[in-house]
Amino acid sequence: MSTATTHEEATENHEVEHHGLSDKQYIVIALILAALTAIEVSTYYVDFGPFFMPTLLILMVIKFVTVVSYFMHLKFDNKIFSYLFYAGLLLAIAVYCGFLATFKFFLKQG
Amino acid sequence: MAESAIAHDHGVSHGAHASSTGLSNNKMGMWMFLGSECLLFGGLISTYMLYRGRVSSGPQPNNIFDIPFTSVSSFILLMSSLTMVLAVSSAQRKDDRNINLWLTITALLGATFVGGQVYEFTAFYREGLGFTTSLFGSSFYALTGFHGVHVSVGIIMLIALVGMNRNNRIPGDKAEVVELIGLYWHFVDIIWIIIFTLVYLIPS
Repeated sequence: MSTATTHEEATENHEVEHHGLSDKQYIVIALILAALTAIEVSTYYVDFGPFFMPTLLILMVIKFVTVVSYFMHLKFDNKIFSYLFYAGLLLAIAVYCGFLATFKFFLKQG
Repeated sequence: MAESAIAHDHGVSHGAHASSTGLSNNKMGMWMFLGSECLLFGGLISTYMLYRGRVSSGPQPNNIFDIPFTSVSSFILLMSSLTMVLAVSSAQRKDDRNINLWLTITALLGATFVGGQVYEFTAFYREGLGFTTSLFGSSFYALTGFHGVHVSVGIIMLIALVGMNRNNRIPGDKAEVVELIGLYWHFVDIIWIIIFTLVYLIPS
């Protein structure tokens, strides 16, 4: 019994290690992403008041990080891949926030 | 032996060329490419943010966007990420039949998204928003058009992959090739997540 169980567990662990997640878990994540998208779209119909902008931005970041971490396997892969991608992303954010600040974009929004 | 095991755990697939880091060169190259793509789309998104209020003639963004329609398009693209990751999962299990199935569904969902974008562009043009109508129009078409081209390139890669897989002509490690195209596909999805929020949902 223990040998069979150990073998099954080992196979399962190997699968999870190799794939990142199981197919069922990917489907659950997709459903969560769909629910988050539904909340985003609801801001078009429902007045969120002062929470409108923060809600949308937070949901956007959560969806972005979820896809990158789980669907793109960055959470389970070597950290070097994360450094390569997030370095490009952070550089882009820094450069273009500077660019927008030069044109007083953030002052206009305030 | 131990080195080989470590390399396997940290991103080197079977048959892939390992770099001095012990990682797959192909995968490293893809992640570097995606990192550089952030700069491309960052430029387009920030230019749109700057110009979206600059409407000298033609329709305003808030009057022209069809949020329910774009929401459905966004949902379709999001679900294509699920089918893509299921294709990658099938490739890692060496399940050839399901690889082709999921890749084909992903390509069809992508084609539906691009079709929706073509419809949207046509509708906007008929309502008076051309590429040179206003700074808003130019920056909007440049941003969403570049994204649409990326999705179209992804669809071509998916169709080519299905054809190559049917003829057993995928070079090297099949699972890695599917994963690399999957990374590109997910990237166009995450870019759309940003575009959908910043361009469509947040009013100018």
